[in-house]
Amino acid sequence: MSAPAPTRTPVRLAQAVGVLGCVALAGYAATIVVRDPTLHPSIPWMLVWFAGAVLLHDLVLFPLYAAADRALALLPATRVPLVNHVRLPLLGAGLTLLVYLPGIIRQGGPVVHAATGLDQEPFLARWLWLVLAMAGVSALVWVVRVTRRSAADG
Amino acid sequence: MTSVFGLVLLCALPVVIVTGLLDWVAYGSGSIPGDVGGLHLPRFDWPTRPAWLFRLTQGLHVGLGIVLVPVVLAKLWSVIPKLFTRPDRDLLELAERGTLVLLVGGILFEIVTGLLNIQYDYVFGFSFYAAHYTGAWVFIAGFVLHVALKLPTMVRSLRSRSLRAELRTPLAETRPEPPHDLVAPEPARPTMSRRGALALVGGGSLLLAGLTVGQTLDGPLRATALLLPRGRTAPGDFPVNRTFEASAIDARDVGDSWRLDLGNVRLTRAELAALPQHTAELPIACVEGWSTQQTWSGVRLRDLAALAGVPSPSGADVRSVENGPFAHAALTADQVLHPDALLALRVNGADLSPDHGYPARVIVPALPGVHCTKWVAAIGFAR
Repeated sequence: MSAPAPTRTPVRLAQAVGVLGCVALAGYAATIVVRDPTLHPSIPWMLVWFAGAVLLHDLVLFPLYAAADRALALLPATRVPLVNHVRLPLLGAGLTLLVYLPGIIRQGGPVVHAATGLDQEPFLARWLWLVLAMAGVSALVWVVRVTRRSAADG
Repeated sequence: MTSVFGLVLLCALPVVIVTGLLDWVAYGSGSIPGDVGGLHLPRFDWPTRPAWLFRLTQGLHVGLGIVLVPVVLAKLWSVIPKLFTRPDRDLLELAERGTLVLLVGGILFEIVTGLLNIQYDYVFGFSFYAAHYTGAWVFIAGFVLHVALKLPTMVRSLRSRSLRAELRTPLAETRPEPPHDLVAPEPARPTMSRRGALALVGGGSLLLAGLTVGQTLDGPLRATALLLPRGRTAPGDFPVNRTFEASAIDARDVGDSWRLDLGNVRLTRAELAALPQHTAELPIACVEGWSTQQTWSGVRLRDLAALAGVPSPSGADVRSVENGPFAHAALTADQVLHPDALLALRVNGADLSPDHGYPARVIVPALPGVHCTKWVAAIGFAR
């Protein structure tokens, strides 16, 4: 057992003030939705989405891509490693799916139509073509690298 | 790696935050949420010059927000070992860790609600404006504290490695970092160099930039926003944010019986068309980040103000034939008196189509698109 060194006390004090300030500001921010009575029924849902975003990222999304990345180790050993040629198009596909999900799975169609006069029909096919293109380019680069390696090895 | 991603976010996130808060100011007296206490930038009359101001601020807010998604994910990936370490018994350390929920929850909440909003997917069921604005301040609280606590660590670790040397290091010479709390205790053999990992994240950002920038461009390049609703337009047209059909306006109310009500004067469309016409190239820019520039012609708002007997108004209230949340818009004096501020009757040389606001719509430089009222029924100029 040792007490914190005296020189650290001002630092800890500043940290404590910082933490308190942070929590106070966040709490004050929350009053924005409390001020408007019409928002009261939404507050539980906002909290659910706030917490859900963290839990989904930390406990679903991260384990999922970490596991997928582990699975890449199972790829057959080749003279030019396959790993990044699979990883890159996979990440590209996942990222674009995540960001442009509503159009791809056609969610929110009526509002899109009211706003734009158009539908969400083409997005799924476009995304699939994009994924195919990324996979194709990656495979092509791998073939070129293998060919050049073989030529260099004569 | 964490420090590099941190540095990028430290430079870019304030731009996203400030442009977002400016958007609230740009909405003027119609800002949503209305009552935010002291949590807003100082209010000022949103300028009308340059005409592309809102196009820039909102395009940056949405565009940069999307481009930073891979950087945020990579930053979280790089610090995730911390999530699984046993917390200290120390109360202060525990409280500090608790504030990370505000930081991480805040940024993820802002990304998710923002992405859903620009794609018109209101699956969350609550008010986007109120939630995104409140979430932003919760994030700001976590962000400021995090920067204050970690800035020295970031500077120290950025200095510990030379970026130039790192960019010259191939995979074969890539070694694990010296052990500390963000380094795996038994690192696997690297499959990617550090420069490769940076290029990967940068490439992800570039990919999203390439798939997003199109929604602010006109002409064939707009279609490069392959996966966004705003990459598409009806053939030969430019985007709208509310169709005539969706407005639920009775076609007879905008037919021959339509009159523009200026208080003491009522004008038919033919009478408006007989007044001096002015043409201006002006952008329409929307809160969802998309924008388009078109050539509008119609009557200057200041001419209408003079006609209504209020040659130097202190502002104006514009009302639409439509009933709805944005059927009203308040304009400042500056927005009424700008020489390019119009009640437009025509666009690109043809009469407005019903979707673009026939018989007449407001178009004002740098005014958020949602306040450029369509199907105008009345304008009240305040003395």
